Amino acid sequence: MSSGEYKVDKVVDARGSHCPGPLMELIKAIKNVQVGQVVAVYSTDSGSKNDIPLWVKKAGHELIGVYDRGGYTEFIVKKTH
Amino acid sequence: MKKVVIVGGGTGGTITANILARKVSREAEITLISNTPQHIYQPGFLYRALGEIIDESEIIREERKLVNKRVKLVIDEAVKIDIQNRMVDLMSGKKLEYDYLVISTGSRIVPEEVPGYEVSYHFYSLEGARKLHEALERFKEGVVAVGIGGIPYKCPPAPAEFCCLLDYYFTKRGIRDKVEIHYLSPLPRTFPHEAVAEAITEMMEKKGIHWHPMFNIESVDPEKKIVNSLEGESLRFDLLVMVPPHRGAEVVEKSGIGVDGGWIPVDKYTLQYKDYSEVYAIGDATNLPVSKSGAAAHFEGKIVADRITSEITGHEPRAKYDGRVLCFCDAGFRKAIYMDFNYENPPKKPRFSYIWYLGKQLVNRFYWSLILSGLV
Repeated sequence: MSSGEYKVDKVVDARGSHCPGPLMELIKAIKNVQVGQVVAVYSTDSGSKNDIPLWVKKAGHELIGVYDRGGYTEFIVKKTH
Repeated sequence: MKKVVIVGGGTGGTITANILARKVSREAEITLISNTPQHIYQPGFLYRALGEIIDESEIIREERKLVNKRVKLVIDEAVKIDIQNRMVDLMSGKKLEYDYLVISTGSRIVPEEVPGYEVSYHFYSLEGARKLHEALERFKEGVVAVGIGGIPYKCPPAPAEFCCLLDYYFTKRGIRDKVEIHYLSPLPRTFPHEAVAEAITEMMEKKGIHWHPMFNIESVDPEKKIVNSLEGESLRFDLLVMVPPHRGAEVVEKSGIGVDGGWIPVDKYTLQYKDYSEVYAIGDATNLPVSKSGAAAHFEGKIVADRITSEITGHEPRAKYDGRVLCFCDAGFRKAIYMDFNYENPPKKPRFSYIWYLGKQLVNRFYWSLILSGLV
């Protein structure tokens, strides 16, 4: 699967998730993929636009892109370590 | 006669079996496999740890007494689920064929996945709750840290709830001023949803609970008593309460039907497993982005029972899970919050009140009758 020019290794569909929420789904996915792999998270949660970039920065991974997909937001994150 | 096999006698499995027994026991044989003759009410662990429950008979019952007489209850361990051949193998050597399968095998804790876990305590098993209670009773002063050792885990608000109840516990013991409570939140806020986080943060600040954003526990230094996060931070503690990492059931992992730690991928609405329309999974066992909680298992079990009933009686299965979860969160001092939400409707900012505290006590009491029977 690809999103723009990036090959996505894992898609996490967290649309409709309020608890545990998209960020927890992302953290779980990042733990389960290999360094260098890319995770896409779909979110309808209004808080994700703040908290996903915040966590990715603090955890030292790479936020490749944030895309408005009409009704939900897609976050593309690369595991860097 | 159709054969329905339900693997796992927890909340979801028991509810599903009881509803099916009432609706289709003439048309189908309903078998419930449980690996223990006892049914344990897991929300009670937190109260056992805090000493509010000492008599464990309040949270343990015989599964046979909770299950409809028309359900064939088999106390055995499922060791293999063979989706291709529609067969469940049991440890005793028995093999059960099915026309419809419901996998409600829950989750298991794997503390050993966190280096240094051995100096930590938890309330995610009865044995863990007993040990934590003893440690709390010995505790006189210092830093108590409460954090999360792996995602996903059961009942996302439980660690924040536990912090609030620790405040109540140490206040009652008259030593609150000698104890620092630190909540290590895996997120940038105290709860996944913003509106709820606002209420919980206000409550924590009022109670003087220190909270640390984005602290996902990676390891513990048992000698120095330091807990480290995967985000690169550390905290020294005197008592560490850590939610252990969770995985799906061993039978799920060994049968090759789980992903990312043994969670079963199911359709978020129909709860069916991939292209196998006769196979359902519910509760903690799934990889759905909803809380691993008794409430989710309860609502999912009702949907699956409805769908299987429709199929057996020759109707199109129409029931769909809407992602509903509800939860009570006890803040101590006889105050609690209540949340009720689904895929489409997020929770609103909750209000702490005595009414919701009473609500939680009622759920604890009526779990055994109204909830497990599937009547509500």
